[in-house]
Amino acid sequence: MNTSWTRFNIASVVFGFAFLYLPILLLVIYSFNESRLVTVWAGFSTKWYRELFNNQGLMDAAWVTVRVGLVSATFATVLGTLAALALTRYTRFNGRILFSGMVFAPLVMPEVITGLSLLLLFVAVDFGRGFWTVTLAHITFTMCFVAVVVQSRLMSFDRSLEEAAMDLGAGPVTTFLQITLPVILPAVIAGWMLAFTLSLDDLVIASFTSGPGATTLPMKIYSQVRLGVTPEINAVCTLLIGAVAIGVIIASVLNKSREVRRLRDEQAAFANH
Amino acid sequence: MKLISAITRRLVIIVPYAWLLIFFLVPFLIVLKISFSEPVMSMPPYAPTIDLADGISGIFDAFRQFSFSNYLWLTEDSLYINAYISSIKIAFISTMLTLLIGFPLAYGMARAPSSLRPTLLMLVILPFWTSFLIRVYAWIGILKPEGLLNQALMAIGLIDDPLIILNTDTAVYIGIVYSYLPFMVLPLYAALEKMDYALIEAAQDLGCTPISAFWKITFPLAIPGIVAGCLLVFIPAVGEFVIPDLLGGSRTLMIGKTLWSEFFNNRDWPVSSAVAVLLLLILVVPIMFFQQMQAKSQESGR
Repeated sequence: MNTSWTRFNIASVVFGFAFLYLPILLLVIYSFNESRLVTVWAGFSTKWYRELFNNQGLMDAAWVTVRVGLVSATFATVLGTLAALALTRYTRFNGRILFSGMVFAPLVMPEVITGLSLLLLFVAVDFGRGFWTVTLAHITFTMCFVAVVVQSRLMSFDRSLEEAAMDLGAGPVTTFLQITLPVILPAVIAGWMLAFTLSLDDLVIASFTSGPGATTLPMKIYSQVRLGVTPEINAVCTLLIGAVAIGVIIASVLNKSREVRRLRDEQAAFANH
Repeated sequence: MKLISAITRRLVIIVPYAWLLIFFLVPFLIVLKISFSEPVMSMPPYAPTIDLADGISGIFDAFRQFSFSNYLWLTEDSLYINAYISSIKIAFISTMLTLLIGFPLAYGMARAPSSLRPTLLMLVILPFWTSFLIRVYAWIGILKPEGLLNQALMAIGLIDDPLIILNTDTAVYIGIVYSYLPFMVLPLYAALEKMDYALIEAAQDLGCTPISAFWKITFPLAIPGIVAGCLLVFIPAVGEFVIPDLLGGSRTLMIGKTLWSEFFNNRDWPVSSAVAVLLLLILVVPIMFFQQMQAKSQESGR
């Protein structure tokens, strides 16, 4: 039923995407502006990028952010995958309602509440604030996103494959590693990437839970943005956007080639019969 | 064999469960506790209300000492009540605007040739991967009095004097609609894509005008998507901090901003805890609704 992609439909799609992409595009363009005045175009220049790499505070913050992102995304992926397994595989256990509530609530919870409550926890147990408190906070709110992504994949998973492996004598761990994990791997990887970018982006929760010496890049950007728009900030933002875009493109290409390979294998299997 | 399987089953449930209990539920109880304590000038800046060392009787004593002064303070100062009301108002209007822009977009995507749809879907998801802060920041350069929007409008002669948009509520609406648009479009698209468009043709053959066909068929079928999208926009928007702080003016009152400034500027932890508790009370109904919906879609997907 694609006969009627009307002019109105096309116009609303074009308008919608223009709205979504124009601001980002302008930001990228003006990061190459010669002038310090962000809104006046004075010719092409990459000098703000060079200045960026000499800004030690910014570089330190970027390094902290990447470390927090790598560690928290990895733990969040493990915990989120376990949570997804628990939710889809075990329909009945004590406190399941509370559990699913705790998995879904952080998805929409205002960040100020999550940030404040985690900070008060760390203060209550007298845990020194810094790298690890930010990381623990990020694991907690990103694992729920991982759980949702992995869960949607698990729901369309053919469980008879697992049962066959178990019948043939594989233990639950072997079955998971040999059968389940390879099938849900794309979702697990997507979950990791989502957790990593969410951690990279987070300002509010990091501001509450961070301590001295653990200033993240969004915190640094925020404190500079409050003073006004500068081409350096445009340059940092452009680099971040570029990094994310490259990651997403690589992921989708990998996904596509996996898909192609799977189709080819299936066809070969049929041809041999 | 049975034993191993029982143990792994336990572990799969217990590990994430315990993590969420410690890092999600317990912190809320602490917020609740601190919201009932008196502020003091020290570090941490509140007087503990419960000391577990005193045992059961100590806890009962502590309950008698619970102080509602923070909540009384919130009701006495109209600033807080106004902030709550204005947050709900801003979030509600923004949600409606997002629906107004998101619906035609999602509908256009759902009617697009099926070969084009994965690309369009990818294009909606992509901005979600780029930083929230960056996307809000991008609007500052556009909306400033000497910004790109005003330059463009003056260049084509539509206006003579720059419009003042930045640091007003209008800028906050734009920021929320822009940032949360993908959250609205995705569930709408999911609902609209499943729809059988032969129904509309049938309705039109039977004499329905396109508009009445929309209200009688498309709209009712899209309601699950509309509800999901509106909740996904409304709930976080009520507690939004970054957008009102960067795009709104000093007179833009939003509760997330109030909480932030109570905490970071006034260093009044008990009052900011009380603000958080009341914010959560406002959101508890929509959040429960959202969870119910998630659980239901999970059941039907099985």
